[in-house]
Amino acid sequence: MPSDVEQWKDELYGTDIRAEIERFAEEGWDAIPDDEHDAWFERFKWYGLYHQRAGQESYFMMRIGPPGGVLEPGQFREIVEIADDFSRGPAENPVFGNGWIDVTTRQAIQLHWIRLEDVPEIFDRLESVGLSTVQACGDSWRNIVGCPVAGKDKHEHVDADALATELHDTFKRNEAHSNLPRKWKVSVTGCDEGCGQGDINDLAFEPAEKEIDGETVTGYNIRVGGGLSRNEPRFARDIDVFATPEQAVDVAGGISALFRDNGDRENRYNARIKFLMDEWGPEKFRETLQEEFVDFELHTAGEDLRESYSYNAGEADGKHDHVGVHEQPDGNYYVGLNVLVGRIGVDEAYDLADAADEYGSGEVRLTQRQNIVFTDVPEENVDDLRSEDVLEHYSPDPHPFQRGSIACTGTEFCSLSIVETKNRQVRYARWLVDNVELPDGVENFHVHLSGCTASCAQPQIADVSLRGMKTRKDGEPVEALDIGLGGGLGEDPQFAAWIAERVPADEVPGAIANLLENFEEARDSEAQSFREFVAEREDEELADLIEPEETDYDDPFMHNTKRTWYPYAEEDDLDESPAPAQADGTPIPSDD
Amino acid sequence: MAIALRTLDDGAWISVDDSRRVSVSDVWTLSRGVFCECEPAYVLLEGFFGTGVDGSVVVADAVGQCLECGTRDSIDRLPVGRIVDGEFKPYSPEAVQSTLESDAGRQA
Repeated sequence: MPSDVEQWKDELYGTDIRAEIERFAEEGWDAIPDDEHDAWFERFKWYGLYHQRAGQESYFMMRIGPPGGVLEPGQFREIVEIADDFSRGPAENPVFGNGWIDVTTRQAIQLHWIRLEDVPEIFDRLESVGLSTVQACGDSWRNIVGCPVAGKDKHEHVDADALATELHDTFKRNEAHSNLPRKWKVSVTGCDEGCGQGDINDLAFEPAEKEIDGETVTGYNIRVGGGLSRNEPRFARDIDVFATPEQAVDVAGGISALFRDNGDRENRYNARIKFLMDEWGPEKFRETLQEEFVDFELHTAGEDLRESYSYNAGEADGKHDHVGVHEQPDGNYYVGLNVLVGRIGVDEAYDLADAADEYGSGEVRLTQRQNIVFTDVPEENVDDLRSEDVLEHYSPDPHPFQRGSIACTGTEFCSLSIVETKNRQVRYARWLVDNVELPDGVENFHVHLSGCTASCAQPQIADVSLRGMKTRKDGEPVEALDIGLGGGLGEDPQFAAWIAERVPADEVPGAIANLLENFEEARDSEAQSFREFVAEREDEELADLIEPEETDYDDPFMHNTKRTWYPYAEEDDLDESPAPAQADGTPIPSDD
Repeated sequence: MAIALRTLDDGAWISVDDSRRVSVSDVWTLSRGVFCECEPAYVLLEGFFGTGVDGSVVVADAVGQCLECGTRDSIDRLPVGRIVDGEFKPYSPEAVQSTLESDAGRQA
């Protein structure tokens, strides 16, 4: 029997939702019938609107997805102005204030505290600069990720931006692909460093070469079925298909249609294509694709470039992220800036928009490590850009603990998360910078904090993986984290092994400090990477090296942050919530 | 009167009559043998995958982990509240619970 979600989608989905959003916005929050909340909030996701968690009713998260993370000149500033005008909550965040933008691990931007009544104006303003929230959430083609410096990088093999944009233009608002069994995440990599992170996507285009009719053609090998969620991580499987740039959209459409027609619509927990791939295997998948979903002969896979992948790949030669100053093929530079946990306050975001305009082309790109990149900076401008005050915090040369930090949204807004994340990860990074010496030779050290098994912070592909949990300490339930080690991408990607479970959150910085000290003592040599060190040891031995302990690190979020309406409010009890609220923020009284 | 029951948002909630009433990430206290051999077992619920009614009792199927022994498993038919005069009254996660045996009235 199809799920409720499938029935709601059958009744109304896709572009038809827009008129209903505008109607509700015009009439106000109360116009949404009480007994239709679940259905409408599910549909709103298709337009990038996600109802915030309990205690925050009537407020929405809005996601904006530029393909490949490319924000053309003017687009970043418009988003900042929208955040300034509309993304303000009823209480302050102690670290980030009130009003910010979040850069996500899928090269999108999220705004919080959005009121339904403001959505039509926001949509108009986004569209006026060529942006959209369409399919940013929901069961369809999500934001297409890829090399964030496509077209600007010396390591480029094939133009990922061209394909990402073509896929975006073809499959957004495309009725035949609007209603899939589940979310559909696509990655396009064009470089020889592997920065598209294709291995963890439903559908991955990876650079390759193929001899066709006596000529060497550059294009893409195809992998399918990657993903991290639900304690069921999978790397995408090689389906032995090479697509020329001209064939790529048709192959993508065929695979999307295969998923549409064969994915599980009765059980949403079994609906992602990784489970279909488990069931079928790559050979049957390719056979079905060839026989039923494309009308030309598929090429077998070409020669890939995975051997040179360096992105998030331990100590391999090459770039591990896009932070820093890098020369473009045209002699200009791109400058990657570190954004700790992806969050930028509105005031600083204006300064960054100004700097991008003044010293570069005004283009701002978003990376899958929650950072931003300014492109097209002439050599003579690089020093002036670097001396801007705002780059002290959003640095092209950050400390490795800051550079390596990623955190998801957490209990601040998210329904699924078990623990507070962003503020905590900021505190962790600051404590580690102040208290822990990285072992000699360690220049990249990735710590990813995800609030739950949905894995939005991609914890399984970090040196130190942190995943939200609870434990009991001194007889009381407290927020805790599972600790995993040794994950990463590269030629041979590896998921982290979960080594220590239910470590109280206030003992995690001490655990990382002890782990690094023990690593330095026990490693073979300075040349041995942390990932290699982990790979050659059994879990039990690694567990002995973690040694969680309390330190002078102070964690103000040990209580059940989910039982609050907002974890940082002075009166944080759910009963004190000002939600739901009218458009002007006035609380709407409960019927009870 | 019919009650609308469903899981929402990737199993983050049990929705009762279109209102998010039971959340994941709470620690439930369960009697020995219901989930593991701990007495009592403190079980963190990480996700709901089904819900239903048994008489007036609302039950949930969930994935969870014991905070003491670390057992990670699914639990079927955990009573999470009651319907009283058409209103949902949630149970406290801190109160010791056992699961129901009957298989009537389930909705995935």
